[in-house]
Amino acid sequence: MTVTYNFAYLDEQTKRMIRRAILKAIAIPGYQVPFASREMPMPYGWGTGGVQVTAAILGPTDVLKVIDQGSDDTTNAVSIRKFFGRTAGVRTTTRTAEATVIQTRHRIPETPLRENQVIVFQVPIPEPLRFLEPRETGTRRMHALQEYGLVHVKLYEDIARHGHIATTYAYPVKVDGRYVMDPSPIPKFDNPKMSDSPALQLFGAGREKRIYAIPPYTRVASLDFDDHPFERWRHHCRCALCGAEESFLDEVITDDHGSRMFVCSDSDFCESRRGEATTSPEAVSLASDTETHHG
Amino acid sequence: MNAPEAPLLTADGLTKWYGRQLGCRDVSFEIHQGEVLAVVGESGSGKSTLLRLLSGLMPLDAGRVCYRLRDGVTRDIAALTEAERRFLFRTDWGYVHQDPAAGLRMAVSAGGNVGERLMAVGARHYGRIRGSAMDWLTRVEIDPERIDETPKSYSGGMRQRLQIARNLVTEPRLVFMDEPTGGLDVSVQARLLDLLRGLVSDLGLAAIVVTHDLAVARLLSQRMLVMKGGSVIESGLTDRVLDDPREAYTQLLVSSILPP
Repeated sequence: MTVTYNFAYLDEQTKRMIRRAILKAIAIPGYQVPFASREMPMPYGWGTGGVQVTAAILGPTDVLKVIDQGSDDTTNAVSIRKFFGRTAGVRTTTRTAEATVIQTRHRIPETPLRENQVIVFQVPIPEPLRFLEPRETGTRRMHALQEYGLVHVKLYEDIARHGHIATTYAYPVKVDGRYVMDPSPIPKFDNPKMSDSPALQLFGAGREKRIYAIPPYTRVASLDFDDHPFERWRHHCRCALCGAEESFLDEVITDDHGSRMFVCSDSDFCESRRGEATTSPEAVSLASDTETHHG
Repeated sequence: MNAPEAPLLTADGLTKWYGRQLGCRDVSFEIHQGEVLAVVGESGSGKSTLLRLLSGLMPLDAGRVCYRLRDGVTRDIAALTEAERRFLFRTDWGYVHQDPAAGLRMAVSAGGNVGERLMAVGARHYGRIRGSAMDWLTRVEIDPERIDETPKSYSGGMRQRLQIARNLVTEPRLVFMDEPTGGLDVSVQARLLDLLRGLVSDLGLAAIVVTHDLAVARLLSQRMLVMKGGSVIESGLTDRVLDDPREAYTQLLVSSILPP
């Protein structure tokens, strides 16, 4: 007996509910819209929020790319790609330029996004004010009244302790001059890519049951101090594989004696620079079936 | 000739019931800029209720509180929007809690605690924020070297002084103090009172100090209210009330302190 799923796993009523939340989120850039997050066939922390957003916006003609820490071939990316390959039958790709929907964890691709692309972020903790205000009622009121002094207290503490703003990921931003937003745990290197992006950016937090969005061509400013301005950060060297000087690099330990190399975290970007034809997504997912990864 | 300045804060017939239990009844007074008013009375006499009503932390059952804003317009506190009231609370008012942990962010450094109000009203220059934090720590007699420590490592007296610095950094015109010296030992109390007296007169602050300690009232305030069972039973100049109490209850209070 074959089990058949509805297109993209979720039933149509659930998708409508999520789409309503997405529309509201787009209408109020940076505002966290509560939604009735569903139980998904994967653990929290693996992108249950992002998967629900993707399921709600996916159409039969869409081309899906899924990345985890910039890479197309880690467990999280492979399993989510297979999930939609099986439940929606959509075409999948590893090429940023070919994709119409990109679900991501922790990175924005190096290849600039364009109009008619949607990027879906997986978000663990959507509330940027949680650090200093543990109460949800408190943070909601602060958002409503635009009381964002606390975010700067966090940055102040960084400078007081480390001499510079030591927040390197999930760096708080202000969207369209109104809502302070957690950009999900992307490196702050990627923050400037969010501003005035031609692509629609959607954020889904499954456990916390929140959806928020940045519409195309919206100004996104990283918060900072006048005398300690926001700075992008990357390892100051070239990619050991493709020689890129402007991409975000991962440090890879190569043996037990401290040897290491720096390579592009965006595997598609690195491979296309090296001029290698990427293996087809099917081949990638088959190959990874035999691998075991941690979560 | 200049007309006499309007009062900074006017309380008119403040009444609060907790169900059938009276919080306070028909309390009225005025306070002018630079004036310190002490509210004394035993536990449960409605002192803290009064403070919470005045500062808009609790809704009134009857009466109203009017405050003269920095632009000179006197407005009913209850008629302010929540955003305006919270802004007032962060800028023109201070609130010193009896327990410093309630008024401080215990996980944030002293500098961050003092700087928070500045950042809340839009200061975005780290060097200047830190400069005023240093300055205020010095003024409340905390070693500026300890600016990056959290209040967890401070003694009770230092925490209370830090809380005062945190409140005064935006140069408020009115400070509410709820038992500011409660829970401190006597020598620390004396030092704190000395400091408070200096700050209040230097800055021309108006303050409403709730205390059960008549010595605090004597040292800090020019006028006082004596409360019992939710009502004000006697009011007047502090020296007059303490030296020549009229009500039997006030006489009892005054006679209960040991002569120096």
